Amino acid sequence: MTQPDNFGFGEEAAMLKDSARKFFSEHFPPDKLHRMVAADTNPERMSDCAWDRELWQQMVELGWTSLAVPESAGGIGMPVVAVAGLVEELGRAAFPCPLLATLAATYVLAACGSGGDAALAGIAEGQTASLAITNRQGSWELGDTDVACEHGKLNGTAWFVQDARKVDRLLVSARTDTGQSLYWVASDAAGVTVAPDAIVDLTRDQAHISFDNVAAQEVSSEGLSALTAAMPAIWTLLAADITGAAEWQLQTTVEYVNTRQQFDRPLGFFQAVKHPLVDVMIMIDQCKSLVYNAACACDTEPDHAAAAAHMAKAAASETAAFASSRSVQYHGGIGFTWECFVHLFFKRQKHSQLLWGDAAWHRAKLADILIGKVA
Amino acid sequence: MSESAREDTQEQAEFRQYCREWLQANKPGEPTVRLPLSPLEIMTEPQMTYLQAWQKSAYDAGLIGCDYAVAVGGGGRSDCQRIANEEMIRARTPYLPNVIGLGMAAPTVYYHGQQALKERLLPRLFSGEDIWCQGFSEPGAGSDLASVQTFAERKGDKWIINGHKVWTSLAHFAEWMILLLRTDKSHKYDGLSYFVVPIRSALGKGVTVRPLIKLTGETGFNEVIFEDLEVDDSYRLDELGRGWQVAMTTLLHERGAGELQTPRAGGMKSKSTHATNTANLIELARNTARGGRPASEDPLIRDRIMQQVIREQGLAQNQRRARVPALQDHPLRLQLQNKLLASEISQDTAALAVEVEGASASLYLGDENAPVGGQWPMAYMNSYGMTIAAGTSEVQRNILGERVLGLAKSK
Repeated sequence: MTQPDNFGFGEEAAMLKDSARKFFSEHFPPDKLHRMVAADTNPERMSDCAWDRELWQQMVELGWTSLAVPESAGGIGMPVVAVAGLVEELGRAAFPCPLLATLAATYVLAACGSGGDAALAGIAEGQTASLAITNRQGSWELGDTDVACEHGKLNGTAWFVQDARKVDRLLVSARTDTGQSLYWVASDAAGVTVAPDAIVDLTRDQAHISFDNVAAQEVSSEGLSALTAAMPAIWTLLAADITGAAEWQLQTTVEYVNTRQQFDRPLGFFQAVKHPLVDVMIMIDQCKSLVYNAACACDTEPDHAAAAAHMAKAAASETAAFASSRSVQYHGGIGFTWECFVHLFFKRQKHSQLLWGDAAWHRAKLADILIGKVA
Repeated sequence: MSESAREDTQEQAEFRQYCREWLQANKPGEPTVRLPLSPLEIMTEPQMTYLQAWQKSAYDAGLIGCDYAVAVGGGGRSDCQRIANEEMIRARTPYLPNVIGLGMAAPTVYYHGQQALKERLLPRLFSGEDIWCQGFSEPGAGSDLASVQTFAERKGDKWIINGHKVWTSLAHFAEWMILLLRTDKSHKYDGLSYFVVPIRSALGKGVTVRPLIKLTGETGFNEVIFEDLEVDDSYRLDELGRGWQVAMTTLLHERGAGELQTPRAGGMKSKSTHATNTANLIELARNTARGGRPASEDPLIRDRIMQQVIREQGLAQNQRRARVPALQDHPLRLQLQNKLLASEISQDTAALAVEVEGASASLYLGDENAPVGGQWPMAYMNSYGMTIAAGTSEVQRNILGERVLGLAKSK
């Protein structure tokens, strides 16, 4: 094994994770989240895009948005394993912001060779970005896109673009005469229309974005290989977010079942409640261990990163589903109401569960690696 | 050089180097007899003789009991057992046969026994010359351990013991037993006391050891019956009525959460052993036809195998993360999951293998057409030993819920 025993999670990474946890618990408790994103209860409302830009600006100033930008492009160049620690804390707070989207774009740009350098420099200076690489069917296959590029102009629509209304730039995947390329586009450029989706998750925004003869700057003509190289880190970080959010769900539910009394005992006394909560903990721990393993593989063993990241995201999707289900169920009647905070995390987790591939999709990919593809 | 080697103190680094050299020169060759997967299933004299010789040589070389005081036969080192364990496992040695002695009896005697008793018992325990067994469970006391009824009645400086212990692994080889019993019938917990008792020397003189047959058909453990066995008061550990607290020391070390690191070895490859892991499951799926093609090409089977791969890898990575304090929320949270996860994951892997085998899973050890010699149905049935023994999965979930999550206690 060439991986370090401690996942490469050193002192700097520990300090970053610690300061992130303090930052979010001081500045963004769940009641603040609830006030910010849950004002409108109308189930037919359009997607809202409420977020705390002031706090976000502090995060940019702390350097958190340029952590993954390589030093050569003006960033901090921290390993994925350290970034995962930060993202776990972000998930624990369910903080609405374009950090995950920007990190995803960063890893793809970093895999684009010198073509990505100018865009990376922009991110290092505080620009935000999101991937526009998914088609109408929501296929997670990296070669699928409904956008085409001819004579330097983009036409078509990208779907399921994350935090689309919070970002300055889009990294667009498009078919070309010769294959698949990636383009760097300002989200307010002429010909770009951002159409918000009405989504379940209140802590994110999402849109489909149409391109009508949009002049675009190519950052890579090897789009598929850049996406393939970057996806393990992207899956891993989403799994880290899920881990943090699931830990919030667990601790919040434990606190509730220790307080709530029925039949003259706290609910947590009953094994019908106790044992499944232990199972939630077990799933979180497996997921967390697989996240840091995958992050370490991204940093030290790129050839093994895809398999490790498929394991992490598959485990995370299952964890998201189970932790969410138990958190609402064990809060009982109050857990079914809008005023209880658990629904915010429930909805964020349902979104994270499917994003960039659900558990079954990742297991199928893992089987292709470990057993071999079926002819 | 591994990362763990780089973090060694000077004492540990020198000791590690010594272990490596000694093991290179002295690791025993493969045995001629078939060895079972776990030391708890050692059945025959030739198996035990081979394994005892290995434990004795490792002890004489200083690889066992490293962190115990010199006066009790230990090595007097500081946090070096971990090093010896890592090197023995890296060298793929046989496992150590005196597994209950090393993991449970030694720390308990060390923390609760009188000095003379420690000096007498521990050296031969470490060397494996005296095999130990554990007398906790009874027909009426399983998960509710504190309800044991085996009774010791005082008679001067002696105690007269009567009772019935069950599921006693290794009792057929054991010189000594750690024994939880009752000295007072009026208090459930405070009426318990804890003894060490000689077994082999008392056979036919107050002690009877009888094999119990497991559901697989193999003999594995025993029942031990005490009829007016007379033992000296000096064999008592700790104060009278403190048996429950002493038993907690035993169980804490059994669960890998105690102060003293248990000596561990193993990893020797053996033609005759069959591991319940997903590498073997994938191999089975490749070699089994299902609907006219290999089962490994069936999407449902592939998905379920991957679920097991992920759980197995999750456990391995838990064990790695358990050594990174910055990535843990509670000091016992990962350690207390180990036994539960290891037993349930291998049970589910074996269950899936039996499904993959299809009709052929009906064939058992004695059938020449059985896939892999009938090992998978055998492993599946045997797996219930692991999910029941040493605290059932249900008790493990109580412990995790109460000690780690802080949920209300069930007793």
